Amino acid sequence: MSAALLERPLPSGKGDAAPFWQAVREGRIVLPRCPACDNFVFPPRPHCPICHGRHLDWVEVSGRAHVYTATVVHRATHPWFMDKTPYVYALVELAEGVRLPTQIVGIPPEEVEIGLEVEPVFERVDDTHTLLLFRPAGPAGG
Amino acid sequence: MTKLVEDGLRGRSAIVGLAELAPMKKPDGRTPLELISTAAIAAIADSGLTRGDIDGLVVCPAMMQYSMLWPSIVAEHLGLTTSYMEFVDLGGASATAMIARAATAIATGRASSVLCVSGDTWDPRGMYLKPPPLLFPLREFTAPYGAAGANADYAMAARLHMHRFGTTQRQLAKIAADQRTSAQQNPDALFHGQPLSIDDVLASPLVCDPLHKFEIVMPCSGAEAVVLTSADRARDLEHPPAWVLGFGEALEPDPFQREDFLVTPTVAAARRAFAMAGVGPRDVTLAQIYDCYTSAVLIELEDAGFCRKGEGGPFVEAHDLTFAGDFPLNTGGGMLSFGQPGLGGGMTLVVEGARQIMGRAGARQVRCNDIAFVHGNGGTFTEECSLVFGRER
Repeated sequence: MSAALLERPLPSGKGDAAPFWQAVREGRIVLPRCPACDNFVFPPRPHCPICHGRHLDWVEVSGRAHVYTATVVHRATHPWFMDKTPYVYALVELAEGVRLPTQIVGIPPEEVEIGLEVEPVFERVDDTHTLLLFRPAGPAGG
Repeated sequence: MTKLVEDGLRGRSAIVGLAELAPMKKPDGRTPLELISTAAIAAIADSGLTRGDIDGLVVCPAMMQYSMLWPSIVAEHLGLTTSYMEFVDLGGASATAMIARAATAIATGRASSVLCVSGDTWDPRGMYLKPPPLLFPLREFTAPYGAAGANADYAMAARLHMHRFGTTQRQLAKIAADQRTSAQQNPDALFHGQPLSIDDVLASPLVCDPLHKFEIVMPCSGAEAVVLTSADRARDLEHPPAWVLGFGEALEPDPFQREDFLVTPTVAAARRAFAMAGVGPRDVTLAQIYDCYTSAVLIELEDAGFCRKGEGGPFVEAHDLTFAGDFPLNTGGGMLSFGQPGLGGGMTLVVEGARQIMGRAGARQVRCNDIAFVHGNGGTFTEECSLVFGRER
């Protein structure tokens, strides 16, 4: 196994999604939205896939979300994750309707249920990378 | 599709020859091109046609030998001179979509006899040492979170189905167990000689909850090929033809954002195929449905119209899905028990569907082989292509 493969897969922070990852580094979530279609565009791209218009606004969203569906990964496929199991890979649905792939943390994996209300966790990996995870919402979660 | 198009395509071609290599767990130095050629030559011979009769070629990507100009490379290797060539890159729907394109080419006069061939080797280490070109924008949002390839997506579909409809793990596991029963009558299947009960499936390790090891397809090395020819030629050949009565395709990208993750483009693909064939789900006497995961089969059965949305669990529980049962499904063992060579793994389902229609399935021949429904599914319910084969034109 080459060393590169054991490195954690991380977003490039470049390209169409750069503003998203920059905001996540600042503890915010922004997504491109087409004002003409009232449509959030995910994953980010320079145009709206509905009207093909190129005038998109980067809009900050609340981060309120619920678990749309999830799986407890017991056997990872990427080498970096192989000793990190079990973990919860999930699709969370933001209050604004967009569904984001993520991980659910701060709760035993087997207790994550569909519909669980969650809130963002901004996990700083290093100086240039922060990931957007989610944890159960509530006073305890802050 | 308009009625005119449907009428112009229905029953205009048939599968008249087929070949399938026994899948191998390790390629032992063989290349995809070598496996593809072996299957192709055998399928042409099986059809009773000769190399010179083949004037069309349809191929799909071989993940372990990814190359530009792949159709030309395969054609040159086989010594084919063609009037029609096609490269179909629709993931797990590639095999069924290859047949749809070959049938269209024949019906429209672009070719008279078309070879469809797929094959691949499998080396898990190779996947990471030389990753295949799978880069796309969404990946930047999944890979950092440990998305375990398709395993996680189909597990999330299963979990949502269980949550919403009360589907049980036993019901999902029954799909794998029944297919394994059929595989015991297929000496080529990777899991021949290894029967599997529902309890065995549930006792196998969880890979991505709720999917267990034996609910997840087994990649392997192998190849399959079929030869289609025009209606007038098909009647005079060695084997009874498997008529291509209908085909339909539907693509809908972005499964995560679609209104309902559990309602897939299979709905449209199957409806189009049935409309062209002039039959419906109730007329189907055997089915070959893309089984990368048990959850995929369940959702495709619903969306193809064999039962209503949410009733897949009770449906598979109520029916004997083995080759001898009242709803013969994936009678060669399916990819779950036969093996899945690469992206075009769906071709084993095409071959088995045609084999059953031709009455050549030996010990696992189904009782009534009038109408076969064959379905391919790519991505995470992204690319879908359905076929309807018939014994009578």
